[in-house]
Parts: sequence; C-alpha cells; structure tokens
Amino acid sequence: MNPWNFILGAYAVTLLVVVVEIVAVQLRRRAAESMLDAGDEPYPHSADSPGSP
Amino acid sequence: MNWFRYASPATFHPLAGRLIPWFGIAAALLAAIGAWLAFAVAPVDAQQGEVYRIIYIHVPSAWMSMFLYVVMAFWGALALGFGTRLSAMLAQAIAPTGALMTVIALWTGALWGRPTWGTYWAWDARMTSELVLLFLYLGVIALRQAIDDPRRADRACAVLALVGVVNVPIIYFSVRWWNTLHQGASIRASGASMDPTMLAGMLVMTFAFWSYAIAIVLARLRAIVLERERGAAWLAPQVSRTVAEAAR
Repeated sequence: MNPWNFILGAYAVTLLVVVVEIVAVQLRRRAAESMLDAGDEPYPHSADSPGSP
Repeated sequence: MNWFRYASPATFHPLAGRLIPWFGIAAALLAAIGAWLAFAVAPVDAQQGEVYRIIYIHVPSAWMSMFLYVVMAFWGALALGFGTRLSAMLAQAIAPTGALMTVIALWTGALWGRPTWGTYWAWDARMTSELVLLFLYLGVIALRQAIDDPRRADRACAVLALVGVVNVPIIYFSVRWWNTLHQGASIRASGASMDPTMLAGMLVMTFAFWSYAIAIVLARLRAIVLERERGAAWLAPQVSRTVAEAAR
C-alpha cells in the first residue's frame, strides 16, 4: 500500500469539499440578490420588526 | 462600544461583509504555512510512516465538527430563549459547514485507518459517535427544510441542536470511557505526545480551519439575511445598488 495514495485522497477530497462549499455559497448569495432585485414576495414572517434583533 | 448594536441583521450584514476577506485571507495563508510545516518540516512518524500526515486535516476537521455543533446549539439556544432573528440565522448558517467538517473528519479518518489499522471503518465508540454527529447535522438541515414557517423552524432546529449537544462530550471522551480502536488524545493538559514541529503544523492548520469556517459561515449568513429579510426597509438601498451594478 502506497501511503501517498491515502494522503492524496484525503487532501484532494478536503480541497474539493472546500471549493464546492465556496461555490455553493456564492451561488446562494447571487440567487438571494437576484430575488431581492426582482422584488419577490417577502419571506414568511420576515422583517416583522426591521432593525430589531 | 455597544456590541448589541450588531445583534440586528441590518447592522451585522455589512460588518460580516467587511470581515469575510480578512478571515478568508487568514485561512489561505495559515493553510499554506500549515501545509509547508506538514510536508516539508515535520518528520516522518516512527511507527506510522508518511501516512500520519493525514493528521493535519483529520484532527482540525474533527475538532471543528464538534466545536461548530456547540456554537450552533449556543446560537440556537439564544434564538429559542430570546427570539433573536440573527442568532437563528447564525445557527442556520453553521449547520452545513459543520456537516462538511464532519464528512472530512470521517473521510480522512477512514483513509488513515486503512493503512494503520487495516480497515476503513469500525463501529467503535469514537467513529460511531462522530457518525451520529453527522446525522444530527443532517437532521437539523432537513428539519429546517421541512418547516415552512422560518420562526417555527428556528425553534425546532434549536431544540434538536440542544438535544444533540450531549453527543459532543461522548465523542470527545469516548476514547477514555471505552476501549476503542481509535487512538487516545495526543494533546492533553499535561502536554503533547508528538514532535513539536508536528504539533505546530497541526495547530496552524487548526487555525486555518477556524478562519475558513468563520469566513464561509459569515458568507452564508449574508445570503440567509438577504433571503429572510427581503422586504425589509433597510435592504432597499442594497436593492437599488445591485440593480445599478447589474445595469452597468
């Protein structure tokens, strides 16, 4: 068993997971911004007391 | 300084936007230094050989998986107790990153286990309780998706997260409480049973994982704030700005 195969498998998948998560968050942010720009219906029960915690 | 000022989505949203690049850069720099220490400085392990180098991502991701769960439960508890929207959004933003950290910990653990123990998986207490942690994260995420009313979803997810917290000390102390295939802790209050350069690399990588987790959770939180606060008056300038940017 070549140990570097296991090391490469561990690091490569970790890097892949990180890249996928970053891309997914970017896409989610863009989708949220476009919904905002399109003036979609407010999220249920949101902004019921804007500015408050 | 009034910290409660930042307890509102309207004030925290721009603050998070300013913090993300700093934590992102810190994560990249620390990961680069950690990788250099891990592969160029730290010696080969006397017993395990080269394969021990998986420790530099396995241990930080396992620590982060437990830590993020506790933080998620903390913010969930605040949302449950005080009805604070931002706390609930933070708990919501943490869950996917916590789940991914758990996946990384399990995956790298399996790849470390095969050459050292002869198996990818064993139903021992440490590994099984870490798998339960993954199911708890997935349960919190699924529960939120299953409830339409976000405030009800906040409360339900907070309760599930709080109940699941009991699993975290079980994971941590499992190697002491039971006779497990998984090795015991290498770092204790009395000191670390590893070479100082190995320890340095592992700690630097841990800070890299921390910085990354903060950056990505804040980025997701900003998207969640936009999703949940759309229609709020404070977002109106943001809308006109993004429309103007899109028109350019």
